[in-house]
Amino acid sequence: MTSHAVEGTHRPPRSVGDRVFPALVTAAGAVILVTLAGVALFLTYEGLPALTAKAADIPGADSFAAYVWPLLYGTLLASVLALLFAVPVSIGVALFISHFAPRRLASSLGYLVDLLAAVPSIIYGLWGIFFLAPRLVPLYDWLAGHLSWIPFFAGPASVTGRTILTAGFVLGVMVLPIMTSICREIFLQTPRLHEEAALALGATRWEMIRMTVFPYGRSGIVSGAMLALGRALGETIAVATILSVSNVVSLNLISSTNPGTIAANIALKFPEASGIEVNILIATGLVLFIVTFLVNFLARAIVGRRAEFSGAN
Amino acid sequence: MATQPPTSEPTTPKFTARLHSPQLPRWVPWALVAGAVAVGLALHLMVGWGWALTIVACWLGYVVVLVAVSGRVEGRRKAKDRLATSLVTTAFVLALLPLGSLLWQVVSNGLPAINSSFLNSSMRNVVGEGGGIFHALWGTLIVTSLAALMSIPIGLATGIYLVEYGNGRMARWITFLVDVMTGIPSIVAGLFAYALFVIFFGEGVRMGFGGAVALSVLMIPLVVRSTEEMLKLVPNELREASYALGVPKWRTIVKVVLPTAIAGIITGITIAIARVIGETAPLLIICGATDSVNFNPFDGRMMTLPVYIYSQYKNPGFPPEFGIERAWGAALVLTVIVMALNLVARLISYYFSPKTKA
Amino acid sequence: MAKSIDVSDLDIYYGDFLAVEGVTIPIAARSVTAFIGPSGCGKSTFLRSLNRMHEVIPGARVEGKILIDGADLYDPDVDPVEVRRQIGMVFQRPNPFPTMSIAENVLAGMRLNSRKLKKTEASEIVESSLRRANLWNEVKDRLTKPGSSLSGGQQQRLCIARAIAVQPQVLLMDEPCSALDPISTTAIEDLIHELREDYTIVIVTHNMQQAARVSETTAFFNLAGVGRPGHLIEYGPTTKIFTTPENPATEAYISGRFG
Repeated sequence: MTSHAVEGTHRPPRSVGDRVFPALVTAAGAVILVTLAGVALFLTYEGLPALTAKAADIPGADSFAAYVWPLLYGTLLASVLALLFAVPVSIGVALFISHFAPRRLASSLGYLVDLLAAVPSIIYGLWGIFFLAPRLVPLYDWLAGHLSWIPFFAGPASVTGRTILTAGFVLGVMVLPIMTSICREIFLQTPRLHEEAALALGATRWEMIRMTVFPYGRSGIVSGAMLALGRALGETIAVATILSVSNVVSLNLISSTNPGTIAANIALKFPEASGIEVNILIATGLVLFIVTFLVNFLARAIVGRRAEFSGAN
Repeated sequence: MATQPPTSEPTTPKFTARLHSPQLPRWVPWALVAGAVAVGLALHLMVGWGWALTIVACWLGYVVVLVAVSGRVEGRRKAKDRLATSLVTTAFVLALLPLGSLLWQVVSNGLPAINSSFLNSSMRNVVGEGGGIFHALWGTLIVTSLAALMSIPIGLATGIYLVEYGNGRMARWITFLVDVMTGIPSIVAGLFAYALFVIFFGEGVRMGFGGAVALSVLMIPLVVRSTEEMLKLVPNELREASYALGVPKWRTIVKVVLPTAIAGIITGITIAIARVIGETAPLLIICGATDSVNFNPFDGRMMTLPVYIYSQYKNPGFPPEFGIERAWGAALVLTVIVMALNLVARLISYYFSPKTKA
Repeated sequence: MAKSIDVSDLDIYYGDFLAVEGVTIPIAARSVTAFIGPSGCGKSTFLRSLNRMHEVIPGARVEGKILIDGADLYDPDVDPVEVRRQIGMVFQRPNPFPTMSIAENVLAGMRLNSRKLKKTEASEIVESSLRRANLWNEVKDRLTKPGSSLSGGQQQRLCIARAIAVQPQVLLMDEPCSALDPISTTAIEDLIHELREDYTIVIVTHNMQQAARVSETTAFFNLAGVGRPGHLIEYGPTTKIFTTPENPATEAYISGRFG
């Protein structure tokens, strides 16, 4: 398995170490293959009974699809809201660090943004529920009062602030660092020659960025957003803490009846679940796994295509 | 003018005129900032606007005035540039606001809870006041150490395999699957551990070791990635130098390549530990929650810090203030641990990286 | 200690690509042989095939024979790792191990092969190797400092000391001076002069003056075009190659008309 690696047509004698060591590290790689196969296999095995469960056994719905749909909707809605907040801000932050901040400060500022990623999600949850949510209530009141003709702000406004909009906002803060670091890296890779060519034509800094940095980094921005989306889809405990869930499908972002998310639903129900309910929750977990896998896969594919593209240059 | 004798005179002023296009003096933006702050204070103190509204309004005013003035004096292109600069800077400040407010909340709410009995007692038989995080601290220590014990060797060895030996189909598959693993939602990792252990231990299984397995699923790809990245930074010349001395490949890897990259690898591992030590969701699933100390990771529920915070918030007891205070206290302890790990990681990479070229 | 090398009809492949074709050359013991030729003509590849270093690139293989004092270098029973212990190599860019001190760098060949050394023995080897590499006087007071703290020329001499500390029979040098300034280059060339007493030295160089200065035998490599294999055009005593070469291509290269 390992001898294909280096040596030529001859099979020279090799020391014991040179036979044992590659075998060891290859085995470690194999463990990863096995683990992932295990994840897929065990989740499927434990989740399968949910698909064939009797309607009476499924709480609040008459089929698994009907059970999982509002959750999937809520998951997607919260994640899209998160991206709406995170994408513009993180592009700005990345630009600030890569092209606007003083050179000497840039890396420390980047580190500061990375600290956002280090904060455990349960602490975001506490912050969201005790600090942010109450402070957003006046805003929701105002939105419900003045913009209620927009379905998103139909109201009545939640009095606790525990809405899907709050959850989306906190998720946005949480995925900000990932997207920022990817954008920052791509922006910094913009060929210096392109930038200098633009500046030499008399472009202002902003024109230079629009002429060189954005076209070069476009696919990076897209894949960064996808990876952030993947993270937002799977985020559990912050949502479970903040959101008051009532499993509805609704466009209303500021009311106290909100769709739940798959991950938060598992976290909320699992500790007390038993019997077929456990299988149902695991099956929803499998759905979440598949969705995040697809999103991440797409993101990597975009990055991969870009790598090939720029390699040819 | 035309009667003056010097010949170069007519061309020079024309050229200099182009070099000195009208420009706002450097103090203008700062003066505008000062003005905006003054107006803001006035609105807040005299008219009685709320803080948030005042700040948003003044910021908008600042940007609009600056862009308008710049457009007047410097032209459209410059004005656009100034607008972009303001927006980008705003984005940065906007990103740091949550960090600042979050850290402030954690410290100010958590500090009153911290005392020696909070650190030294469990929640056994505590309903209202009192109690602490002793059991959760130990649980976090045990579960995270076990996860690190499993993830570091596997992740390190896989990283070595991918960089030093991997070519061909298997390596491509592993690279792909490590990418997939990086994207596994943490709750799914918890479900995986449950689905695995339920087969051996029956329904409703809860144990610390399961938590370690779940955390490993999250931690291994982080370790693989950082190992890979660091090993790729080791110049090939060093490997060749070692081969040329008649050193076998595996010894070259162990004694030359790894020592050169080790600071970076340890940094990566420390950051990975900091990442998984704050995970709540998988531990909630497979470790469960308990009020008592449990040192045995193979037997029954084991409390961990993040789950402790979550359950203190969900079931604060009576009266609830004490539970909420304990949640903040534990949040402060957890934040300090995570930040300390991050700091240690930075210091390691700063002090122990070999200086390759003089 | 020094050994002679006999190469006959050697082809070197990378996968399906034939890099060097049909090389036949005897290399005498205790002499300096220089390989010259334009970039990409395969002289470095050929040099690396002499201690089987080219094999670290996947898919590399050779056909033909290389005999070291009559023993077949590519015999299936030969361990390339053992080969490299006896045929040392110095590279284009100085590459001391950044994690090791100057002394540890010199001892690297032994330490990495986990040979147990007594303290006195170790310091003897360090001193004698560094003396041989003309570096002792410059570094004897800072042997515990990292190897990367030295200047480029000193680093390269440290690498030579590291190579000769394991007492090889042949020393291969792949453009050892191309990354160095003229003064350091002179120091290395002086060193090569002294080392020839004990070692068989093969040096690849882009610098024809250097070949003329340091070598007794010179071999000229050339290639017919990009993507074509490199060939050994001719070899002979250095004075003859540089004054009356037989092949017109050699003369053209030496007189600077191409390459």
